[in-house]
Amino acid sequence: MPKTPVFDEGRARQIIAEHLDLEGPLLPILHAFNEEFGFVSDSAVPLIADTLKLTRAEVHGVITFYHDFRREPCGRHVLKICRAEACQSLGSEAIARGALAELGVTWHGTTKDGEISVEPVYCLGLCASGPSALLDDLPIGRFDKAKLTEAIGEVSAA
Amino acid sequence: MTRVFVPKDVVALALGADRIARKISELGAARGATVEIVRNGSRGMFFLEPMIEVETPSGRIAYGPVSASDVASLFDANFLNGGAHALRIGKAEEHPYLAKQTRLTFARCGITDPLSLQDYEALDGWRGLSRALAIGPTAIIAEVTQSGLRGRGGAGFPTGIKWKTVADCAGDRKYVVCNADEGDSGTFADRMVLEGDPFMLIEGMAICAVAIGAKKGYVYCRSEYPHGAKTFNEALRLAREAGWLGNNIKGSGFSFDIELRMGAGAYVCGEETALLESLEGKRGIVRAKPPLPAHKGLFQQPTVVNNVLSFAAAPFILAEGGAAYASFGMGRSRGTMPLQIAGNVRYGGLFETAFGLTLGEIVEEIGGGTLSARPVRAVQCGGPLGAYFPKALFDTPFDYEAFAAKDGLIGHGGLVVFDDTVDMAEMARFAMEFCAIESCGKCTPCRIGSTRGQETIERLMKGENIAGNLTLLEDLCQTMKFGSLCALGGFAPYPVTSALRHFPEDFQPHMAAAAE
Repeated sequence: MPKTPVFDEGRARQIIAEHLDLEGPLLPILHAFNEEFGFVSDSAVPLIADTLKLTRAEVHGVITFYHDFRREPCGRHVLKICRAEACQSLGSEAIARGALAELGVTWHGTTKDGEISVEPVYCLGLCASGPSALLDDLPIGRFDKAKLTEAIGEVSAA
Repeated sequence: MTRVFVPKDVVALALGADRIARKISELGAARGATVEIVRNGSRGMFFLEPMIEVETPSGRIAYGPVSASDVASLFDANFLNGGAHALRIGKAEEHPYLAKQTRLTFARCGITDPLSLQDYEALDGWRGLSRALAIGPTAIIAEVTQSGLRGRGGAGFPTGIKWKTVADCAGDRKYVVCNADEGDSGTFADRMVLEGDPFMLIEGMAICAVAIGAKKGYVYCRSEYPHGAKTFNEALRLAREAGWLGNNIKGSGFSFDIELRMGAGAYVCGEETALLESLEGKRGIVRAKPPLPAHKGLFQQPTVVNNVLSFAAAPFILAEGGAAYASFGMGRSRGTMPLQIAGNVRYGGLFETAFGLTLGEIVEEIGGGTLSARPVRAVQCGGPLGAYFPKALFDTPFDYEAFAAKDGLIGHGGLVVFDDTVDMAEMARFAMEFCAIESCGKCTPCRIGSTRGQETIERLMKGENIAGNLTLLEDLCQTMKFGSLCALGGFAPYPVTSALRHFPEDFQPHMAAAAE
């Protein structure tokens, strides 16, 4: 869940400043934005570019290269469902289709109540206990509809 | 006070270990038992997870797979004294799955509290680094070279030669970079090191730093491993406090520190030059070689880039000697390989063993066949870019050269088992789709070829011009294999051509696809 759900320029500048001692600080900065706001706002791009002496195009290029960096706000919780081979061998695709239908979304979509965004992930390293999913930081092995409902109940209550 | 071990490896967590730990504490308190819960790593027998262990006078007694609802009956059965219960396994190390292994790299994993420096030292920790500091760079590299260790990330390049190349480079700014971007489906050994024995990785990287004269190291960990990253960061802090990292390590005059960096969901960053670009804060675009990272790597400085498992092998090699490590294995594949048996398999987990077991022994005897109890049809070896092996090739020994001779690769040691319901045309299509999603876009064969490959297989599935499209697909695979800049485009044809060769019957019109 994002700490600050709306983009805030002051906080953004602070985050950038906190990372300037690092070698190659751009990815850590973008991760920090993702964590703080839930996404990397377009408004952050010129701030980062100016401070790191990069062009806006370079910063934009990095943000759009990596699957992790969202450019739009996401749901309060993020459900990542594995679509890689080991999970496929245990029928993950059918289970994923069921989960998407249950939540009424497609891949990368967010439920109408803004509660859950669903993203594909290619391997969580849980390949001998698949199908696997990750709801925020909560890993789920032997993933099925019942476990999904239970896990969503758990994070929503927290 | 009885110590109960409840793993915090993410597999155990995914199967409810936290709930079990809470329940044991609650019921222990309610029943007046004094229980200390230790959160260890996993022993790697995932089919038994969550597997808890109780410390008794006659050794650690394991129970598994446990669920929270079993905890009350475990107390009833007096499990704190190793009492009989349907889930009682006995001593974990006597379980055939562990007893048959040769654990050099994973000797501690699952036994210790991963963040206990005391546990680490008690089980041979820091012996390798202490010796490395005493014998110096030339002798370290001689040991690693003698061990025959080859890069465990997949390419199998001799580690000693890589270290020597960087050691021989002039300049005092050099880097040690650990590739923990373990993106291959079916692999989890790096994750288990990060979560289950992080000090071993720190020690291995420090040994390399002494050998090449580096002051700074980076671990590039994939963002899909938040639990491993958290544990590893904590281990870095503890190692620094204890003087095993930082300035003047243990009074040796040698200084070295490590920083953990997170990837951002790009599979291609597991390729070493893309990884370096990403560490520098750029798009993860593959670099053309030469220059090699050993000469011009991170920030254009001489850099050793090795996989987690390569560094993790170094403490044993330095502590016990290169010859001891090389005494395991076959041919040019020396030492042990942590096999990762995954997918639709009955006994999935980590199985560290000397090279040379046949694929059939691994899948049928150790893995116990499929979880679904249906016949095994295919095994994908070496990740999403690895070949699919049919049962006819089950006599292939697990060895770099033997697999290459059968047009396959062992990669990072992952094996994904499929039963007879698998549609191999769909798996071939997925391989191309995955390559298209993850391609960095720098070279044309990979960027365009993967998309065209996916489309061609979809046409085959619809039954369009089968002979012509098969020829086109073979041709496309050749172009990608020989024309791509890195292994992503270069190896993506492996699953496709192996599916075509070994399972041609699946490349017929698909009912659903043809109906569209």
